[in-house]
Amino acid sequence: MSGLSQQFLAAALFAAQVFLALALCLSAYRLFRGPRAQDRVTSIDSLYINGMLLVIVFGIRTGSAAYFEAALIIAFVGFASTSALAKFLMRGEVIE
Amino acid sequence: MEVPELQPVAAFAVGLLVLFGALVSLIGTVGLVRLKTFYDRVHAPTLGLTLGNACILIGSIVCFTALGTRAVVHEILVLVFVILTTPVTMMLLAGAALFRDRSKAFDQRLAAEVLAAAKQEAAELQAAQEEAALHQRAMNYDATE
Repeated sequence: MSGLSQQFLAAALFAAQVFLALALCLSAYRLFRGPRAQDRVTSIDSLYINGMLLVIVFGIRTGSAAYFEAALIIAFVGFASTSALAKFLMRGEVIE
Repeated sequence: MEVPELQPVAAFAVGLLVLFGALVSLIGTVGLVRLKTFYDRVHAPTLGLTLGNACILIGSIVCFTALGTRAVVHEILVLVFVILTTPVTMMLLAGAALFRDRSKAFDQRLAAEVLAAAKQEAAELQAAQEEAALHQRAMNYDATE
C-alpha cells in the first residue's frame, strides 16, 4: 500500500512539473507575441508566479527546506517589479 | 524518482493538491494566451494563479507537516503574500491600461472633431466662392445687356 501511494505521489509531482513548465512556455509565448506593453507585463507576472510554483514543487519533491527562501524572494521581487512596471505604464517614469 | 517517505494518506493528499494546483495554474495561463482582448486576458492568470498557489502551498504544508522536518512559516508567508498581491497587481495593470486607452481614445476623438470642423469650414468656403462667382456672372450679364 505504501508503495502505491509513493508511486502516485511521484507521478503527480512529475505531472505537476510538466504542467507548470507548459504554463511557463505559454507565458513566454504571450511575452514575445503580446501586441501591447500591458500584455507583456501581465505575462511577466504569470511567468514569475509559475516559476515560483515550479521551485516549490521541486522543494516538495526533494523534501528539503532550502527552496522556500528562494520562492519567497521570487514572490517579493516579482511583485515589486510588476508594480514598478505598472507605474511606468501609467506615468511614463518610475521615480518622480 | 526520489520522493519523500510520507504516510499513504498524506502522500495521496499532497499529490492531489499539487496536481490540482498545477492544472489550475495551467488553465489560467492558457486563458492568458487564448483570450482576445487585454481586459479579458488580465483576469485569467490572476484567478488561476491565485487558486493554484493556494493549492500547491497547502500541499507543501501537508507534506512538511507529515515529514515533521520544519515549521511551515515559509508557506504561510508566501501564501498570504501571493494571495494579497496578485489581485493588487491585476488592478494596477488594468488601471494603467485603462488610463492609456482612455488617453489614446481621447486623442483620436479630438482629432476626428478637428477634422470634421475643418471639412465643414472648407465646404462653407467653397459654397461662398461658388455663390460669389454666380453673382459675378450675373453682374457681367447685366453689364452686357
